Amino acid sequence: MPKRKGKVIFTEDRCKGCELCTTVCPVDIVKMNKSRINVKGYHPATVDEMEKCIACGNCATICPDVVIKIETIEEEK
Amino acid sequence: MAVVFDRTQGLAEKQFHYCPGCTHGIIHRLVGEVLEELGVLGDAIGVAPVGCSVLAYDYFNCDMHEAAHGRAPAVATGIKRVLPEGVVFTYQGDGDLASIGTAEIIHAAHRGEKITTIFVNNAIYGMTGGQMAPTTLIGQKATTAPYGRDAVDTGMPLRMSEMLATIDGAVFVERTTVHNVAGIRKTKKAIKKAFEVQLAGLGFGIVEILSTCPTNWGITPVESLKWLEENMIPYYPLGNFRTPEEGK
Repeated sequence: MPKRKGKVIFTEDRCKGCELCTTVCPVDIVKMNKSRINVKGYHPATVDEMEKCIACGNCATICPDVVIKIETIEEEK
Repeated sequence: MAVVFDRTQGLAEKQFHYCPGCTHGIIHRLVGEVLEELGVLGDAIGVAPVGCSVLAYDYFNCDMHEAAHGRAPAVATGIKRVLPEGVVFTYQGDGDLASIGTAEIIHAAHRGEKITTIFVNNAIYGMTGGQMAPTTLIGQKATTAPYGRDAVDTGMPLRMSEMLATIDGAVFVERTTVHNVAGIRKTKKAIKKAFEVQLAGLGFGIVEILSTCPTNWGITPVESLKWLEENMIPYYPLGNFRTPEEGK
């Protein structure tokens, strides 16, 4: 079975920096971006190693502010 | 490319005013998703409470009504009787439902009103600044219980779901949690079931959802999830207390 790959899209300005999404990622790629501050004044959540994402949807499920949208990427044959 | 997860049509675009990490947002989203999936957004009428979720009418993408403190089930009763085709729900916190609104919720359940109640239990009064609620745990600190709640003076925390499950008119009673992803998925199923009970005209349905209040508990959002799991779940056991016969 080909591995499912995903893409996590953050609506950065909705993020309140609560860090709940970072605790549920099975591949541990969701991190807080300490080098940025969003319009609300928080460090927003981000993903640096997007190629590891398996599109499980855990981060979006636990996000209280509906910041996250998840898409799958077609695998190249 | 396929979209796995996107913002539900059941929520308006407005950003939540809740504190960072407050699980109200998760529960709002679940209600919105369920309304969208059941295809009843056009018929849904929500009743917002008094408490942190007092502004819930701004967030749901359906008709909303505001009620006086604790009176949401009474207002919802009126709406449902005037508009029996409507899908009526109340969204209430523990201060609203378990304290000032105890009479309303018990009698709405007792009459078997065909409404759905989403009951968010975070064991404290959030909006007013962390006072002790009937659901506050023994030993839990609150601004009106600075040494922790004492059972001798204030009694034991009130278990609403168990109490409502003794009433015949309450045909669907379930307690769930949103402290982890599995719990959130189960909560969504329970909310869906509660709305289906209403759509089938079977009677009153309530889902009690254990929730967090990082600000008034005085811990971080991530610690709050752990606190909920370690302290609230042992006292407020999860599970279904009542299901209509054919649903078993």
